[in-house]
Amino acid sequence: MSKTIVHLGLDPAKISGWDVAQPRMGFFTDTSLCIGCKACEVACKEWNEIPEDGLDWLGISYDNTGSLGASSWRHVAFIEQAVPGGRTDTPSSASALDGSDLRWLMSSDVCKHCTEAGCLDVCPTGSLFRTEFGTVVVQDDICNGCGYCVAACPFGVIERRTGSHGTKNVGLAQKCTLCYDRLVSGMTPACAQACPTESIQFGNLSELRSRARRRVEKLQLDGNRAARLYGDDPNDGIGGAGAMFLLLDQPEVYGLPPNPVVATRELGQMWKQAGIAALTFLIGAAAASIER
Amino acid sequence: MPKNNGVRGEARMVPDASFTSYYGRPVVKAAPWSNDIPAYLFLGGLAGGSSLLAAGADVMHNDELRRAARLTALGAIGGSYLALVHDLGRPSRFFNMLRVAKPTSPMSMGTWIITAYGPAAVLAAASEFTGMIPPGRLSRLVSFANRPAGIAAAMIAPVLSSYTAVLLSDTSTPAWNHGFKEMPFVFVGSSATAAGGMAMIASSVHNAAPARRLAIGGALTELLAIEKMKASMGVVSETLDLGTAGKLIRLSQFLTIFGALGSIVFGRKSRAVSLVSGLALVLGSACTKFGVFEAGQSSARDPKYTVAPQKKSLQDGATHARPKTRWDVLRNPYHRQRSSR
Ligand code: SF4
Repeated sequence: MSKTIVHLGLDPAKISGWDVAQPRMGFFTDTSLCIGCKACEVACKEWNEIPEDGLDWLGISYDNTGSLGASSWRHVAFIEQAVPGGRTDTPSSASALDGSDLRWLMSSDVCKHCTEAGCLDVCPTGSLFRTEFGTVVVQDDICNGCGYCVAACPFGVIERRTGSHGTKNVGLAQKCTLCYDRLVSGMTPACAQACPTESIQFGNLSELRSRARRRVEKLQLDGNRAARLYGDDPNDGIGGAGAMFLLLDQPEVYGLPPNPVVATRELGQMWKQAGIAALTFLIGAAAASIER
Repeated sequence: MPKNNGVRGEARMVPDASFTSYYGRPVVKAAPWSNDIPAYLFLGGLAGGSSLLAAGADVMHNDELRRAARLTALGAIGGSYLALVHDLGRPSRFFNMLRVAKPTSPMSMGTWIITAYGPAAVLAAASEFTGMIPPGRLSRLVSFANRPAGIAAAMIAPVLSSYTAVLLSDTSTPAWNHGFKEMPFVFVGSSATAAGGMAMIASSVHNAAPARRLAIGGALTELLAIEKMKASMGVVSETLDLGTAGKLIRLSQFLTIFGALGSIVFGRKSRAVSLVSGLALVLGSACTKFGVFEAGQSSARDPKYTVAPQKKSLQDGATHARPKTRWDVLRNPYHRQRSSR
């Protein structure tokens, strides 16, 4: 483990040029405590004045939000599955008609506020920026709606807002700000404040990380061997997330990528390949032009 | 308004034994880009290739070819600015990108590349209209500057044609990201094909010899590079074979081979065959760009192409520990604090 990476992992704000030392803030979402009430989704929408984006029945589960997006900055995933191994220790279990055990997994997903954030890397206007809390935020007045960040995010979080003319910030990239406006006044983000079970925990990231490790150890000791942390490792493909999760199954079951890597990691190589191709083109065209 | 993240109507969520997903819903989001973007990729490539051809013809005193290629470059770069501005919605949004220069953003770099290329290409093309410019200082400037401007445009042109591959690859869109090693070669090949084909249409058989050579070389590069790219993409290469993308790529291959053979066999002899072959090459190049674009979009909409390769990399024990690279240094100073306009 190299020093640099650990450094990167813990203090992206400082590296981005903030002199005022602020501890890095983030979320730890403990999905073993989630009851799927969606209070976080509602609180987020209310506080951030996010427009309504369709009241649809998706017909997949008790989840009708579907995914994170321009107008859903928290998304509670809801999974009904057969219990692995046939029995369960989670409170949210029930018996199916055929007698087999079913369980419900619920998880409130959010922007990961990556240490190495794809959205931030590719933004061509400087609209996306790193705050003093180490979070990643869009500046609405600078975004030109190019949509590059949408494709760059490894988690499908950020999205360009669609809607009728006059909809707030329509056409601009939108995502969770980790309630930047609340943070600067020393308040807790709306979702964490509203969570009735403390499944969403907000705080100093390094503190949250040790709390998360203690929690997953306890769950595993209690026999929940599938319990795992997601986004807690500063040596992963995004340099560690500012919002980590305790999951009870594989990440992809919750709609999370199992091994995300920010594309910018390979950007140096990409430019090199493009350079070689360009040079080949120049030489080839010159050769084609020579006339006897 | 339908939910914009929804899985498309066609059933895409055929469960695959080797991967699970959240009800078949996409993991990453497809770029919210319309056909303006592949059109931009194509026109930028056509402009770049044409500037190279024009500079060569200028040096070789092939006036007809020079004129044809410069005018093509002018039209194509004009078209790509229009496509870009149409995509963004307002011209001011293009200028908004000039407020920063960010090496970690290929789009930012590309904005500077076309900002440098555009005026050079325009100036070079302007000299083709000297008859229309009243004699005076302006016409003297144009006739003095046209060759240096043409050469400058030709120097930027290869990068203009290849950077767009980086633009696509530097994303989480599986088909674009996994093809990053070969895509620049596909794109420069496609640019050469388009520029050569267009010049075959626009100039006489006698003067179009360099254009034919460029087109044939480009066609070969493009055809080989796309095969190589597929070979290195693993399961994601499917997206270049299936659906709309597959149709476009196959059509592109047919048109490119047809056009290249036509120019090899009859290019020198028949004006009619030159016209048809040239057209086939130009259309083939456009199909390549639209096909690669489409493959990316469909790879983003199907969770399989995100999840399966990542599972595989986990099984292969991929580690993310990596040495400090220049990009770590470059990345961060550009993520400035809150910036005001
Ligand atoms: S999760 Fe996506 S939107 Fe959030 S910081 Fe990371 S790259 Fe950006």
